[in-house]
Amino acid sequence: MARITAGVATSHVPAIGAALDNGKSGEDYWKPVFAGYDFAKAWIAEEKPDVVILVYNDHATAFSLELIPTFAIGCAAEFAPADEGWGPRPVPVVKGHPELAWHMAEKLILDEFDMTIVNHMDVDHGLTVPMSLMFGQPEAWPCKVIPLAVNVVQYPPPTGNRCYRLGQAIARAVESFPQDLKVMVFGTGGMSHQLQGPRAGLINREFDTAFLDRLVADPAGQSKVPHIDYVREAGSEGIELVMWLIMRGALPEKVREVRRFYHVPASNTAVGHLILQPA
Amino acid sequence: MSESPFKDIPGTILFDSDQSRIGYHLNMFCMSLMKAPNREAFRADPRGYLDRWPMTEAQKQAVLDRDWNEMLKLGGNIYFTSKIAATDGLSFQQIAAIMSGVTQPEYAQMMLNGGRPVEGNRSRSEKH
Repeated sequence: MARITAGVATSHVPAIGAALDNGKSGEDYWKPVFAGYDFAKAWIAEEKPDVVILVYNDHATAFSLELIPTFAIGCAAEFAPADEGWGPRPVPVVKGHPELAWHMAEKLILDEFDMTIVNHMDVDHGLTVPMSLMFGQPEAWPCKVIPLAVNVVQYPPPTGNRCYRLGQAIARAVESFPQDLKVMVFGTGGMSHQLQGPRAGLINREFDTAFLDRLVADPAGQSKVPHIDYVREAGSEGIELVMWLIMRGALPEKVREVRRFYHVPASNTAVGHLILQPA
Repeated sequence: MSESPFKDIPGTILFDSDQSRIGYHLNMFCMSLMKAPNREAFRADPRGYLDRWPMTEAQKQAVLDRDWNEMLKLGGNIYFTSKIAATDGLSFQQIAAIMSGVTQPEYAQMMLNGGRPVEGNRSRSEKH
């Protein structure tokens, strides 16, 4: 039987990918960001997941305004790193797990989560930056990846509660898959940041800290927080944090906090990172 | 969304259904800049390239003026308008500085100091 062994949360700031790709990760500005993931790299090399379900959002790359799926699951055999305007990131092609992805799509839809099934999709920094932070710069990614894209660009994104419940449904779907697989769920995006308008650059360490605490200890309570609170307190792009609730929902109520890291700034954004395992 | 509580947040335009509806062609023009030949065509003849899109005159002018805040007001979404910035060779942080009315070094220093504080930036009425 497939089983979910851990959840990982991390920001997916594009500038982090650019810093790594351009050999700047040793510079004073970037050193603390990458050092913050040394623990995670060693940990995941030990843990060796077979499959990562990677929850992220597309940033007007694969999905324009022509089609805006709230939840989309990548069922393809592979996903190419996207050209976001300055050439694709020099990272390996992402290999999917079509069998598990299709199983999940089927189970989730019958569980009343109406997923959009995606058979062709390039993946942008939202997916590839977390891979780089967790696995560094290998020739090939060491595990299969099922991309799960969430709309957080067009208001309204799904509610925190819907995301949390989707996570729970993902756990049910994975646990009913007959192959013996070690599966992890990554929730990405955030933390507080605003990229637009006169309020650009907003950071709220207090909000972020409270979010991390509550995501660990009281996820059901956090799942009830309305969108307005995220946008007001954590910035218009801080709303990406609802995606972390999908990861959290896929884990049991009681978890052990294996790792926490928080750093300001990475370009315009507060970087946050958690590793959680069933208690 | 008429009397949205989001309108009370200063310096912020929620990309909601109204904005998306009025900004559709502006954003799809931006999307076209994902392709190198389109970036070249836009650089070679900005006005001519914009005229291929059924955008309003005000939207076209905002693009030509690189008035980033005006583009957002007219339905642009930052993930789309930033593709114009990329075409111009500007980083996200550079346009964030312009949108918030400071120089790029000032903006970068603000971020190093912990970012723009939320105190005083939660509400237009400052009642929160």
